[in-house]
Amino acid sequence: MGGLQVSEGALARAGRRVCRGAAPGLLCLALTSCSGGVLDPAGPVGEGDATILIDATAIMLAIVIPTILLAFWMAWRYRASNTKAEYLPYWSYSGRIEAVVWSIPILTIMFIGGVIWIGSYKLDPFKPLSDKVPPLEVQVVSLDWKWLFIYPDQGIASVNQLVMPAGTPVRFSITSASVFNAFFVPRLGSMIYAMPGMVSQLHLQADEPGQLWGISAQFSGDGFSDMQFEVKSVPAADFTGWAKNARDSGPVLDKAAYEALLHQTQRVPPSTYRAVDSGLFQDVATQKIPPGPGPQPGGPEHAGREVSPDGSTGGKD
Amino acid sequence: MFGKLDLSAIPLSQPIPLITSAVVILLALGVLVLITVKGWWPYLWRDWITSVDHKRIGVMYCLLGVLMLIRGFADAIMMRTQQAVAINAPGYLPPEHYNQIFTAHGTIMILFGAMPLVLGFMNFLVPLQLGVRDVAFPTFNSVGFWLTASGALLVNVSLFIGEFARTGWLPYPPLSETAYTPGVGVDYYLWAVQISGVGTLITGINIVTTVLKMRCRGMGYLRMPVFCWTALASSLLIVAVFPVLTATLAMLTLDRYLGFHYFTNTAGGNPMMFVNLVWAWGHPEVYILVLPAFGIFSEIFPTFSGKPLFGYRSMVAATLFICVVSLMVWLHHFFTMGAGAAVNTFFGISSSIIAVGTGVKIYNWIFTMYGGRVRFETPMLWSMGFIFTFIIGGLTGVLLAVPPADFLTHNSMFLVAHFHNVIVGGVVFAIFAGLEFWFPKVFGFRLHEGWGKTAFWLAFIGFWVTFAPLYILGLQGMTRRLQHINFDVWAPWLYVSVAGVGILVLGVIAQVTQLVVSIRNREKLRDVTGDPWDGRSLEWATPSPPPFFNFAVMPNVEGEEAYWGIKLRAVETQQLSPEPAYEPIEMPLNSPVGIYTAFSPRSSVSR
Repeated sequence: MGGLQVSEGALARAGRRVCRGAAPGLLCLALTSCSGGVLDPAGPVGEGDATILIDATAIMLAIVIPTILLAFWMAWRYRASNTKAEYLPYWSYSGRIEAVVWSIPILTIMFIGGVIWIGSYKLDPFKPLSDKVPPLEVQVVSLDWKWLFIYPDQGIASVNQLVMPAGTPVRFSITSASVFNAFFVPRLGSMIYAMPGMVSQLHLQADEPGQLWGISAQFSGDGFSDMQFEVKSVPAADFTGWAKNARDSGPVLDKAAYEALLHQTQRVPPSTYRAVDSGLFQDVATQKIPPGPGPQPGGPEHAGREVSPDGSTGGKD
Repeated sequence: MFGKLDLSAIPLSQPIPLITSAVVILLALGVLVLITVKGWWPYLWRDWITSVDHKRIGVMYCLLGVLMLIRGFADAIMMRTQQAVAINAPGYLPPEHYNQIFTAHGTIMILFGAMPLVLGFMNFLVPLQLGVRDVAFPTFNSVGFWLTASGALLVNVSLFIGEFARTGWLPYPPLSETAYTPGVGVDYYLWAVQISGVGTLITGINIVTTVLKMRCRGMGYLRMPVFCWTALASSLLIVAVFPVLTATLAMLTLDRYLGFHYFTNTAGGNPMMFVNLVWAWGHPEVYILVLPAFGIFSEIFPTFSGKPLFGYRSMVAATLFICVVSLMVWLHHFFTMGAGAAVNTFFGISSSIIAVGTGVKIYNWIFTMYGGRVRFETPMLWSMGFIFTFIIGGLTGVLLAVPPADFLTHNSMFLVAHFHNVIVGGVVFAIFAGLEFWFPKVFGFRLHEGWGKTAFWLAFIGFWVTFAPLYILGLQGMTRRLQHINFDVWAPWLYVSVAGVGILVLGVIAQVTQLVVSIRNREKLRDVTGDPWDGRSLEWATPSPPPFFNFAVMPNVEGEEAYWGIKLRAVETQQLSPEPAYEPIEMPLNSPVGIYTAFSPRSSVSR
């Protein structure tokens, strides 16, 4: 297993070289993906995911390229106009070829199976990143159509803006207060679903300070296209400063403020809350606070569409 | 009868659906008037609508499928152009319209385009290849077809009256529950898919029974053409999983209509269970489509190589292997829901194991060409295009089966590129190869070669120009189903993709031209032998088109590749088979039960 890790590291470096455009290589796709994509990771999780993506591609290309070449060579060699090639109109079986033909995919998949096994455990989103450094806690709530980030230890919250200290692991607890979404910061790695009534865990870390972005990767309705949030990775001192600033300004995220957030809105600019009801996330996750009401009669959702005479929208949850 | 619908459901304020509706309605009226003026109704009623002949039903399935492919392609053009113009701009399709379009595109392409075509091929070919006169339950077969047609009609009616679902082709709750999607769109989806799903199940039962019980004398299981094996495997999957879909959608229907709480957000509903159940159908569904596609290629490679299929038994084993394993992989559609490392490992490995079966098939097709005399006529071009495209699609498929790689690419444009890579490259290429290959058998004349080759090259190049950029966009972090785009860096690749769609449009035009040119030159292209490609299975032993009873005398099969064997014996002995003893035969009568079941007002659902 040690050996595999060494080779994985080497391949990751090779992948990054490709990404810098230094060598034409395995993944010509990578050439174009330097600009903030998943092959340009900014943290250990993204790097682990990308390494596995590149390794698995390399393993398969080793089989796939010869197979494609063989297919075209075979078709060309035995084209009808080539009378020099032998014609075997009855030949339809060879035990040796059969054995090879079954072995190649089986061996490849056994190898890939190893990558899957090791990778799934190593990069399990629920697994903490470090035993030594305590992680920063962030609670994430997906709403229609914005993201709410609660920092329980700092007692603050933000909308559509995630600030995290560089080099510190972050433990995200993720739920939804309406429909499914998926929490995804492409350069940090692994995405995970935000689901109502459930809490998913995700551990990420940004290595260097920088400006990143996150999206929802699961369609959630009309405002989905703008469900993006800015991600700022800042030095630890700046993070403390930001938290302090946030504590000194902005409104309080109490029941009423949260009710307002529950309504469907789009393109919500980033903002912060100076204080948060403790236990808010728990109440959202356990649905003690009911989930967002969805579209309201009279809204654009209903323009020219069906609304029953009493103004209600049909079935109720 | 109209339930929640009233006049406001007609989209008078929205020009795109309104104009489309008007054009479609005018065209449909025009066709109806033409039929009436020409007096074609009795012919249509007698020879097509009430026909229980498996060949006629197969042709109608394919016609429906082709029409729906064009409808779905129109949606695709709108999606790609919208994304290309809506970069830091709203584009020309507002979200509530755009969301309907991608939902309709997926639903139509899979359930009303690809499925009818695949079922059409199975209907037409299986009885002919098995040397029998019809499927096991001919009237039931007609009911199945008309139910599918009824579902397809319902999807298209939603364009004019009300709206279609805006939830994605698999309507994940809680988004698809009344609280978040109160309109009639999801209801249209539910009824259309339920009705056509019953039709599909009927055909599945029919094909399974036909293959198991109705082969001609000497047609042992291991002498059946591989297409029949794949039709059997695919139909077994239909019988196994379509009831799961029906039950799942029934539960969602109960939620929406009667206030149940199977998948609701509150009151103990579990939306994740819908995802779990729907993919227990949804993943086998792709193998329902692709197995018969493999069967088509397994007929084409030997025919155009002039030699038998390499490793017939391996092919059968690989087919059954895929059939069984495809039932155990569905969780790879939601690795990112946090199932945990052990579960993800199991389903990751089981998903990639399917590649063993497909890999074996690819090698066997390649070795079928070894020692052959390969003719590059249009069906063979599609087959070679398939080999290249499908191998790449398989590669990206295995990547998505590796959980950590899926954590980066799930729901991204990479995924979109992958499944088009396998479904277009696998199923659609097979359908076009098959249409070119069996057209002379069905209609009695060949299709024009030149236009066929042109259409292939345009489709092949257009496909790659459209979808290769989507792989790159996926790796750049672009997710699917975006109505507008907020990142400039994605723009160049979106433009390239639109250019690809342009090439595909030319491909469609070439394909239509091929049909028109061939019909006009049909006398010159006439297939008088019944065996235009030097075929190997029993359908080529009949005249083109085959008589409604298929075979005057039931064949007696003495080995694999039945018709090839008959031809070889004739060459060896230098004489034709002796004149057979003709006996009176019995064929089923026409029946209007199918069309009444599907369209009679009394059987339609009123709310």
